[in-house]
Amino acid sequence: MAGMGKIARRGFLIGAATVAGGLALGVYSLRQPYSSPLSKDLPAGMAALTPYVVIDRTGVTLITPRAEMGQGATSIQAALLAEELDIPLDAVRTDPGIPAPAYYNARIVAEGLPFAATDTGWLAETARETGAMVGKLMSLQITGGSTTVPDAYDRLRMAGATARAMLVTAAARRLGLDEAALRTEAGAVIAPDGTRLSYVELAPAAGRLLEPRKVALKDPSDWRILGKPMQRLDIVAKSTGTARYGIDQTAPGMLFATVRTNPARGGGVLHVDASRAESMRGVVKVMRLPDGIGVLADNTWRAFQAAKEVEIEWGPAPSPANTEALFDSIAGAFETRRDSRLKNEGDVEAALAGGADVEAEYRVPFLAHAPLEPMTAFAWFRNGMLELRAGTQIPRFVIDTAQRLSGLHEDLVGLYALPMGGSFGRRLEDDFIDQAVRLAWAAEGRPVRLTWSREEDMARDFPRPAAIARGRGRVEGGQVAALDLAIAAPSVSASQMGRLGVPTMGPDTAIVAGAWDQPFAIPSCRVTGHRAPETVPVSSWRSVGASANAFFHESLMDELIHAAGADPLAERLRLCTHAPSARVLEAVGQLSGWGTDPGPGRGRGLAFCLSFGVPCAEVVEVTATAEGIRIDRVLAVAEVGRVLDPVNIENQIQGGVIWGLGHAIWGELTHAEGRVEQANFDSYRAMRIDECPEIVVQALGSGGPVRGIGEPPVPPAAPALANAIFAATGQRLRSLPLARSVRFV
Amino acid sequence: MRLTVNGTEHEVDVEPEMPLLWVLRDVLGLTGTKYGCGIGQCGACTVHLGGRAVQSCQIAAGDVDGPVTTIEGLGTPEAPHPVQAAWIETQVAQCGYCQSGQIMAAAALLAETPQPDAAQIDAALHANLCRCGTYPRIRAAVRLAADKLREG
Repeated sequence: MAGMGKIARRGFLIGAATVAGGLALGVYSLRQPYSSPLSKDLPAGMAALTPYVVIDRTGVTLITPRAEMGQGATSIQAALLAEELDIPLDAVRTDPGIPAPAYYNARIVAEGLPFAATDTGWLAETARETGAMVGKLMSLQITGGSTTVPDAYDRLRMAGATARAMLVTAAARRLGLDEAALRTEAGAVIAPDGTRLSYVELAPAAGRLLEPRKVALKDPSDWRILGKPMQRLDIVAKSTGTARYGIDQTAPGMLFATVRTNPARGGGVLHVDASRAESMRGVVKVMRLPDGIGVLADNTWRAFQAAKEVEIEWGPAPSPANTEALFDSIAGAFETRRDSRLKNEGDVEAALAGGADVEAEYRVPFLAHAPLEPMTAFAWFRNGMLELRAGTQIPRFVIDTAQRLSGLHEDLVGLYALPMGGSFGRRLEDDFIDQAVRLAWAAEGRPVRLTWSREEDMARDFPRPAAIARGRGRVEGGQVAALDLAIAAPSVSASQMGRLGVPTMGPDTAIVAGAWDQPFAIPSCRVTGHRAPETVPVSSWRSVGASANAFFHESLMDELIHAAGADPLAERLRLCTHAPSARVLEAVGQLSGWGTDPGPGRGRGLAFCLSFGVPCAEVVEVTATAEGIRIDRVLAVAEVGRVLDPVNIENQIQGGVIWGLGHAIWGELTHAEGRVEQANFDSYRAMRIDECPEIVVQALGSGGPVRGIGEPPVPPAAPALANAIFAATGQRLRSLPLARSVRFV
Repeated sequence: MRLTVNGTEHEVDVEPEMPLLWVLRDVLGLTGTKYGCGIGQCGACTVHLGGRAVQSCQIAAGDVDGPVTTIEGLGTPEAPHPVQAAWIETQVAQCGYCQSGQIMAAAALLAETPQPDAAQIDAALHANLCRCGTYPRIRAAVRLAADKLREG
């Protein structure tokens, strides 16, 4: 946190560069980089080389603007910078920096475009470039969509190389030598005679130079850090209880807050009687909040106890009352609300005119993010400014929210972004920030730390939407000949972007992502999306649309392949049109011993999904025991273009598989009387260590675009498990969670 | 009331029914112990009470009948406990939020059962939820910690 004092305070004073002119800006000015938030009024002795490298007398600080939710974002951003800067990772500090337009995400918009990752044609590429400009124009500093690495891969290496070039130029001038005669190593410029000038001593002079227009990047064969196992920069803190999350923030005189809001979201408050709560020990204040109440107390437990004691008459639920009504609303969209038909090859109607060989309906439930750290935020009004500390995936939106509520100028709202105790998409929302600001305002100058109870966190999640798919298909001559998949779901993009005030247009690709964009050439193939009404607000959940749609697509594929009498791996390979995807399928086949006899009572299931540009294939092996299904082993292969950290990628893929399997087996939010029925981890079950199978991972880096791995391992897990259960038992499971249909041991 | 935490005696003025978790976090400022569920389902609040792993959200302050050790008392960044050293070497953590509890549960297991088999490791850590899914690395880290402890 050493860097925080300096940089965050400067953030209050200087503020971030603002976007002027909106859409009136032309393409030319859009291509100009935003001015660095570090570029002016630096404290004496501090130099900023690019928006990412800050050097003062005490050393080098690397700015890592993408949020740390557990995926190792901080470490990989630092590694990309440090590699080109030529400085060891243990010799740098990191700081999330001041939220600023300069840190826009150039990849986040492209993810939602209606072009498959396999499409590298002119139109798709142009659209992606335009998407990058939209991201820049809207200064979307967002962490999500597995975009951190693809967005940072060139950009941060360029930043590191630029800073290094400036330090070399400063050294060349100081020594009166040609730049070409100098080399860099371990945080210093080294002259032919062995003279070492440290970056720290060169920084003031380097900081006065203009950034070079062109720098060369290292050849990967010269990498010292990237591509090799790294020690995560946060690993010691996270292994010793010294990492500081939102829930751990403190300040002198701090009040501890919690909230209790209508469990039927949006129902409002009819009547509040806080008299008993207000008289409880340690309670400072009970206040009204939108849709509920907030409590300020002298510790979290007393705030929790008092919140329960407030007598509240809730308003009626504005959404359909129960799970059945919610599914009815989704099913109704098949008839009325076509949203997209992004894949329509061959002639599906003609192919199916003679009847379908397979016709089936599939369902997936609403799911909670439930990160283990519930929603938390720290807020403090002091000296005419608002200081926020919170874990968030959307720092600029958080500042906007705080600014709107407080009436303070943007420059007077400071946010220090904290590591998150998990997010999985949940902290793409800033509802808890809104509450923290209101509570801090009521605290009249005292700092406030807001902590949600787990029950509040479950009741007020913005869930992964439920969805229904209707599939039909035809086989011919031992091959899959036609596949027709219609998917109905509420629009995550419209719901989420609506809350952020960002307009969305056209079809929502999330409704069909992971199904329409798969690299298989089935002679007649159609994928249609239907937009269901937004009955309850929904949001991005690890792997978003693909989390549901891979289950639909890969279950239907498996049924068709079995109907054709073909082999699930061989038939997918025969149909596959994308070399990296075929490579992944072949590799998982080899890894799993596909085609060998799995043994009595055992079965193997295969599923594949290309999501976020990453082909990922998984084989699940199960045994049907007398007590129920036992998952023995999972084999997972993913192609990411280049493996930047072999240890972290294994951890991420294993974690994604566990996330996918655990939710496939038990995960479900049900509704009654307009409320979510699951209140805690007793009713919202997740995979535990004694339920976790062996997971063998192979990460491929065969060239091509460099991709992120946070989400792609999730989608294939559920269908691979369901397909394995079919292989072992002959029972086809078309509805999640699977534990509703079979027992697991 | 009087509590001994990480070898230091504290006099705290709290309700006897206040869970130990919140005394540690909000009264004593030992924030390495985490809140995740409050009902004994997630294990993020696991500490040692008289050397045994307990979920501190389920222990009322008034019922604390022995010395308490938290993650801060197990080891430090400068001098990590062998279990913590194994966690670091194995690169277990993702978000890291559950890991204090996982480490405390693992340390209690190894104190009692120095060479646990796979089933004993799973049984001892059953109560500790990890949403990120670091279980394969947790298993590896417990085995490595057992080796480290045996070698002294």
